Amino acid sequence: MGFSGTSNYVATRELQTAVNAAVALQRPLLIKGEPGTGKTLLAFEVAKALGKQLFTWHVKSTTTAQQGLYEYDAVSRLRDSQLGDDQVNHIENYIKKGKIWEAFDTEEQSVLLIDEIDKADIEFPNDLLQELDRMEFYCYETKQTIKAKYRPIIIITSNNEKELPDAFLRRCFFHFIRFPDKETMQQIVDVHYPNLEETLLINALKTFFGIREVKNLKKKPSTSELIDWLRLLLVGKVSAEDLEDLNKMNEIPPFLGALLKNESDYDLFKALREKGVK
Amino acid sequence: MLTNFFFHLRNNNLKVNLREHLTLLEALDKEVVAFSTEDFYFLSRAIYVKHEQNLDLYDRLFGQFFEGIESINVDEFLKIDDNWLINKLLDNLSDEEKEALKAVGGLEELLERLKKTIEEQKERHEGGSKWVGTGGVSPFGNSGNNPAGVRIGGKGGNKSAVKVWDKRDFKNYDDNLELNTRNTKMALRRLRLLTREGAENELNLDVTIDRTCQNAGFLDIKMQASKQNRVKVLLLLDVGGSMDDFIEECSMLFSSAKHQFKNLEFYYFHNCVYENLWKDNGRRYEDKISTWDVLNKYNKDYKVIFIGDASMSPWELSEPRGSVEHYNAEAGTVWLERFKDKFPNLVWLNPINDGYWQYTHTIQQIRTWSDNRMFPLTINGLEKAMKCLKNSKLKFL
Repeated sequence: MGFSGTSNYVATRELQTAVNAAVALQRPLLIKGEPGTGKTLLAFEVAKALGKQLFTWHVKSTTTAQQGLYEYDAVSRLRDSQLGDDQVNHIENYIKKGKIWEAFDTEEQSVLLIDEIDKADIEFPNDLLQELDRMEFYCYETKQTIKAKYRPIIIITSNNEKELPDAFLRRCFFHFIRFPDKETMQQIVDVHYPNLEETLLINALKTFFGIREVKNLKKKPSTSELIDWLRLLLVGKVSAEDLEDLNKMNEIPPFLGALLKNESDYDLFKALREKGVK
Repeated sequence: MLTNFFFHLRNNNLKVNLREHLTLLEALDKEVVAFSTEDFYFLSRAIYVKHEQNLDLYDRLFGQFFEGIESINVDEFLKIDDNWLINKLLDNLSDEEKEALKAVGGLEELLERLKKTIEEQKERHEGGSKWVGTGGVSPFGNSGNNPAGVRIGGKGGNKSAVKVWDKRDFKNYDDNLELNTRNTKMALRRLRLLTREGAENELNLDVTIDRTCQNAGFLDIKMQASKQNRVKVLLLLDVGGSMDDFIEECSMLFSSAKHQFKNLEFYYFHNCVYENLWKDNGRRYEDKISTWDVLNKYNKDYKVIFIGDASMSPWELSEPRGSVEHYNAEAGTVWLERFKDKFPNLVWLNPINDGYWQYTHTIQQIRTWSDNRMFPLTINGLEKAMKCLKNSKLKFL
């Protein structure tokens, strides 16, 4: 049993190998790649393909490692003590489990997604070394060691905003999702729009890769943007001929805003088209 | 064989360690992948490579190790007839490659040099720019970077030296840059002023107990803001001229500082601070900011970091009108003194190796001005500088 993509997620052979190796050896898998190449989606699809429960932990700049484990709500316990509530005698009632604890606690193997780990503080990955390595941690309030019953499949994504520490990297498998080539891209589009007219697809892909080749773009459009754009083309009933005509007349393609998200990119592209550069 | 591969990677600057090697062996033991070279390549790459910058290097090393095994025997190569070899080679070259070939004096010339080199060379060689071997920029050998090169070994066997480049998809990501901003950030982290400001989201236990007692046991909760680093930093960067050599170090520090300090202000100057500073180098003549404004705008809580090589002609410091760029009414030292008077915590970071400081007069001068609070732009120097900024009473020799 292994991961080989799903009905709406195309995984290349290298990605499959990386995922399967990480699953078999029970190591975290670190995924990097251009934005919009399906890093976060991978965890969802792995969970779906293997039929496992998924826990997602979205990391923000203020997230601490402790929040992933548990949080102790001392204030509500104090308040409850004033009210003479019975549950005050049990400290467990005031421990809020974090995503990691939840994933450790399941009765079967689960998938844990730690999304955008680079957004957090620079020390964040170091604080999780032991937890990810041994898959256990100590809860001081209840004086118990929480150990994963079944080591979860951990998928970590990063956008490279911060360098990750070596000690952390050594414990992970690493995969860099490359921007798909034309063939893979066609497969991906087929998965999303099985009934798309072939000529429209070819023309759209041509336009898309043409835009990607424009130098000095601040943000190149990626797979998710292409998928959105194709949907707009379908909704707007743009035909293959329209696209080609516009291309020949050096007009800008319709719904360009879906592909170019940056104002200066948009202007640059428009200026290039007006000058007749393709 | 895999142990050799492991050392092959390590010897070629890919920092893999034993733990990863054992993981790979474990993976092979568990038969995670089918028995194909391609799958093995994907698997080993996921284990050994931890940064996309290293992917290209890994591709090259993998190619070298697993293809170079059946390499051509040198003696046999010398026996091959020249004309046959040249014809065979020309058939296989594209126009572009032929152009490149001309640049090194044509194919005959290249082969001549190759044979000579082989005869001169007695042992296996890797890297470097002259000998036949793997890697490197010499035109001969395997997986090198000379566009006009001849490949020896690999698939060619002893038929001929066929020019082959391994498919290297990840070439763009290898920027050869030591992107080690993490170290810098860790050093900058030492400059911390933990203060409580903003939303109250933590329980203040001591005060809560106090107040509850005073309240005759009736709970009175006191919250407080969590501690955060709110150090204020004013960064002054020297740009242009002799600083061009240190662009990389400076941008590394700058980008680290930007992430590390929430309250970071920065201005540029050239050689020495005079009456104007600027924030945007592209518009340095239009958008000038008066140095007086800067001095007045920030209070003395700000820690000031100058970054510059402090190398200039002595007059730029000591004399009015001494600046190389404009007519400055007051001398550089006057301005420097104003900064020193205003900000008790300041350091000067110098990208020049401290061993050379004694040979430049103005470095000495500025170092004296800063009360020896000049530090080299190294991790060690940064750590000292941050220590110095935290405690203005520290004396340095």
